[in-house]
Amino acid sequence: MDYIIQTVISALSVGSFYALGALGIGLLFSVLRLINFAHGDFITVGGFALIVPSSAVVATVAIGGLHPAIMVVAIVAIVVALAVISYFLVFQHSQTSSPATMMIVSFALGYTLQNLIVMIYGGRPKAVNIFPSLTGQVQLSDGVSVQILQLVIIAVTWILLIALVLFLKRTRVGVQMRAAAEDFRMARMLGVNGKNVIALAFVLSGGLAGIMSILFVTQTGVLIFRMGVPIMLFFFIATVIGGMGSLVGAVVGGYSVGIVSVVLSAILPEELRGFRDACVFILVIVILLARPQGIVLTKAAKERV
Amino acid sequence: MIEANTPFLRMVRSFWPLVSLSLLLLIIVAAVDLSGDIILAQTLIEGLVRIVIVAALYMFIGNSGIISFGHIGFVMVGAYATAWQTCCPYTREMFMPGLPEYLLNTSHHFIPAILLGGLLAALVALIAGFAIMRMSGIAASIGTFAFMMVLYSAYLRWSTWTSGASSVIGLPTTTTPWVGYVYAVITLAAAYFYSRSKWGLALRSSRDDEVAAKAAGVNVFGQRLLAFVISAFFCGMAGGLFGHFLGMLTVDSFYLGMTFITLSMLVVGGMQSLTGAVVGVIMLSVVIDVLRRLETGVGSFSIPSSSAEVGVGLILLIILIFRRTGLTGNAEIYWPFKADISSSGAMKRQS
Repeated sequence: MDYIIQTVISALSVGSFYALGALGIGLLFSVLRLINFAHGDFITVGGFALIVPSSAVVATVAIGGLHPAIMVVAIVAIVVALAVISYFLVFQHSQTSSPATMMIVSFALGYTLQNLIVMIYGGRPKAVNIFPSLTGQVQLSDGVSVQILQLVIIAVTWILLIALVLFLKRTRVGVQMRAAAEDFRMARMLGVNGKNVIALAFVLSGGLAGIMSILFVTQTGVLIFRMGVPIMLFFFIATVIGGMGSLVGAVVGGYSVGIVSVVLSAILPEELRGFRDACVFILVIVILLARPQGIVLTKAAKERV
Repeated sequence: MIEANTPFLRMVRSFWPLVSLSLLLLIIVAAVDLSGDIILAQTLIEGLVRIVIVAALYMFIGNSGIISFGHIGFVMVGAYATAWQTCCPYTREMFMPGLPEYLLNTSHHFIPAILLGGLLAALVALIAGFAIMRMSGIAASIGTFAFMMVLYSAYLRWSTWTSGASSVIGLPTTTTPWVGYVYAVITLAAAYFYSRSKWGLALRSSRDDEVAAKAAGVNVFGQRLLAFVISAFFCGMAGGLFGHFLGMLTVDSFYLGMTFITLSMLVVGGMQSLTGAVVGVIMLSVVIDVLRRLETGVGSFSIPSSSAEVGVGLILLIILIFRRTGLTGNAEIYWPFKADISSSGAMKRQS
């Protein structure tokens, strides 16, 4: 029983993390038809922004050593700036290309960002320790102890989700964004400023990435220039499974992928565990074939002739 | 001015893009061979293997309009299938203990081994294509990407056949510049003739307007599957060449890095042109080679590490933003002489 509770909490925390990531991708896909493969690298950049830029073996914290509130704001601001700059410099100019071409654009951006990090910080992994108190265990009841960070991730995710929902439902720009996600051309005809909406989507997506970079670095305690790639793959799977362009779908997809992968690692026998990733990707192909609109249906997901 | 009015010249003219690309590569290979520079020869072989891969990518992407992120998986399948037949006869059991009796004890010659590697890749593509080619647009691209991840993670864990995360060492290094040249020209010829065949034209019609092509009776699924299988065959052969160039194989080398470089080459050259495939490979190979040399330093001057990668990324972004049709503008090399006005000439010009 204790083991089950611990597994459930760890599945929920992994799922929350994937849900946030899938949401960051889904926001952009809904208004721009862009699958942003650089999203994982935005998170990496946020992590590296914590330390002093140098190729020294031992990392010196810069922003990471400030007061926690200032640190969070600064990291989020940096990643949001990066996301907005990449929109105005890169994605804006390829907006009219096919979705697959934009996927290549985002690949190219991510690859460039990764290698810029190597250029500045060197290719070796660096240890960074922020919020050391969060990695400790907390006793929930007799025998059940979980990492504090897992609870923090779940809480942060739900605070952000509620804030995002309120923003999209209650504010003027939020409603415009939902309209643009539904039918971009029609929304523009009714007076929604397309460029502003897309820029706003980049701001939100970058903000989520900034918060995720802090959570991720707290958890792993290490900075690697490629660390965004493997988690990006899971966000991507979650987006496809949940239904591209649907924000509810992104959250559902993120939780499904997180829960399935934690449960599979817990119950699969040792010799099959290695093939878990292969199974998950086969599942992606099956879902694309059987239910291309994902688990949650949106109007925008249909390809128009 | 040469007018293409003799039968021979007419033939040369109708195959002009193929002829000129083969001659261009011939000049490059001969020049490097004569210079005797060993490091340059290594870059050249790598470039020729990449021409095979990128020309195979062109066969599928250029004609179908579906961007595939999955072909490097076929390169990997071909590379390992070739290694099962040719690698290290004395230590094969050490690296790949799970191989069946026959493969453990028999070594094939390099050429049939590469062909069989290509065939295995084609077979894998046929099975995967049955599912993936039913989709269109972005879904098909995602499907190929997911399939690449399936192959990658399966090969990584399938360590009794592939050595998993460690490498297979000791393949005979039989891929010389001239061997690479022969395979590159064969692939270019196959790509050229395929894209002008009735199947290639049918597939291209579906690229330009899927609904209209279907209405005109094109079996879009079948044509896509055919192109997918053929291009996977050549990718598989490229894998064999690659293994016999490096002399070793690791699963990790057939992953996002190689996918990115080869796709960049195709995009930079021009996705819908065979000339573009070759131009893209040459251009990016030269850029990478020059920047790598500068990274290690010329005299006291050197640029920061991984400048080559940043350079490739930036070039790709610039091309994607400012010149989406690539350096060649999706065109082939024109017949440089006076155009002839015979009916056959006019017909050839259209395609």
